[in-house]
Amino acid sequence: MSPDQIGFMTLLKKEVMRFWAVLGQTVTAPVITTLLYLLVFAQAMKDRASAYEGISYTEFLVPGLVMMAVIQNAFANTSSSLIQSKVMGNIVFLQMAPLGPLEWFGAYVLAALVRVALVAIAMLVVTLPFVPLPVEAPLVLLAVFLLAGAGLAVVGMIAGIIAEKFDHLAAFTNFFVMPLSFLSGVFYSVHALPPLWYHASHLNPFFYMIDAFRYGFFGHADVPIWQSLIWCAGFFLLSSAVCLWMLITGYKLQK
Amino acid sequence: MSTAIAIAGVRKTYGRTIALHGIDLAIHQGEFFGLLGPNGAGKSTLINIIAGLVRMDAGSVSVMGYDTVRQFREARRRLGVVPQELVFDPFFTVRDMLRIQAGYYGCGREVWPWIDEMLERLDLAGKATSSMRALSGGMKRRVLIAQALVHRPPVVILDEPTAGVDVELRRTLWAFMTELHRQGTTVVLTTHYLEEAQELCGRIAILDHGALQVVETTAQLLARHPFRFLRLKLADGARLPEALQELVAAEVNGAIELKLETRRHSIASVFAALRDAGIAIEDVQTREPDLEDIFIDLTRDDRASQRSVA
Repeated sequence: MSPDQIGFMTLLKKEVMRFWAVLGQTVTAPVITTLLYLLVFAQAMKDRASAYEGISYTEFLVPGLVMMAVIQNAFANTSSSLIQSKVMGNIVFLQMAPLGPLEWFGAYVLAALVRVALVAIAMLVVTLPFVPLPVEAPLVLLAVFLLAGAGLAVVGMIAGIIAEKFDHLAAFTNFFVMPLSFLSGVFYSVHALPPLWYHASHLNPFFYMIDAFRYGFFGHADVPIWQSLIWCAGFFLLSSAVCLWMLITGYKLQK
Repeated sequence: MSTAIAIAGVRKTYGRTIALHGIDLAIHQGEFFGLLGPNGAGKSTLINIIAGLVRMDAGSVSVMGYDTVRQFREARRRLGVVPQELVFDPFFTVRDMLRIQAGYYGCGREVWPWIDEMLERLDLAGKATSSMRALSGGMKRRVLIAQALVHRPPVVILDEPTAGVDVELRRTLWAFMTELHRQGTTVVLTTHYLEEAQELCGRIAILDHGALQVVETTAQLLARHPFRFLRLKLADGARLPEALQELVAAEVNGAIELKLETRRHSIASVFAALRDAGIAIEDVQTREPDLEDIFIDLTRDDRASQRSVA
């Protein structure tokens, strides 16, 4: 391996070790939280007609919950790592190291993908005995997982770079990630919404991530799969462009 | 002589405040170089620019011939910086932290013996598996020093490494740095303990108000002001004769310190004046000017504006 590759692999390993050191917070807690959603909503809404024919409401719910956990945890992983490093001051170790913008970008995003893969796999394994799911389009499932996880990891990096204290990051989470993820059709099909909210949902990128993820399991969804994939890819590319610009110019990182 | 750090026309402003006025400085390979100045002089800004933490508005910096912006990877692999702030990553043990730091610089298992050697030399061996958050301030400072040296850089910058540390660490650190310097490492030191700079540094730059006031060898700097100090304790609390009053520099514990310009005032003339006035001397001491006297002289506000920029 070249020195640059060793540097990249070290940063990736360090970021994985960071969340691994607090696995209870970073993997177990989100799995339990999401399972509680499943328990409560599945019980409360079990008599409700499902959005898709032949699929129970509980089955409909699981993919959305998994993707919501992916979205929230991918964002949390990169944003919390960066803000902690900034507040503690140890970000100087990275800033003084011979690591370029692409190494920063790649290592933070890949580490977040490792974490959300663990969260998603744990959730699917735990729910499998109660809610067996078909997998109709595995490649779509994988593509959407990677695009959504990476996209939100990148947005987390942007938030971590912009934020100067934990309050700023909490604002990103409370006013951006949480509302968009709850209003993305996790708990319902958008066809059940009034026209205004139906159209508003189509401006929410998280809606396409969840809808496409459901397509991967059931083979059908609320909007055509190509449309969702374009939204997911577009979201990832746009956020990546912004993040890389920040890293290259040293925005908020270099004084 | 080859240049370890070349700084050319470096300017930096924060809003309306000019932090650096266009610094030109060459630090040679193998030097033990002191960068001194009062708080707010611009030392840390200059170091942070060299380290890549701060972006300069104009000018260029190179480390071992590599531009710190265009060839930042090559430059940073040749540079180790001990930051002034006591920063650490709370998620890792001391040994993990050092191995991670080595990895950032492209170093693998081949440096693990060197890491173990540094743990021994800096009295950290007993803390190798301790979490960083469990260490005392002094121990954290030792880890910071080891982190800066982990990739065996030919150039090391120590930004006030002994601020707030005990005598034992100071001695350990200077013994270690002196040995590395003997082996060819270029060391740049900023410190507020001027006796450290006087003892260790071969050449010194004094920075004030964002401009270099002087860059000279320590010997030249010490010889720069031809004066010496004469400390007298007069018998029976006698008062100094009027003619000598203008020479008084300080009064310490009942003793009077006179600042004598060697060309104008001889010690013999002072003794003669005291004898003529019938004043007996209880105790006498002489002291050559040290770096602190020269530092104060060079960074005094009312003179700084009149002095040409080196």
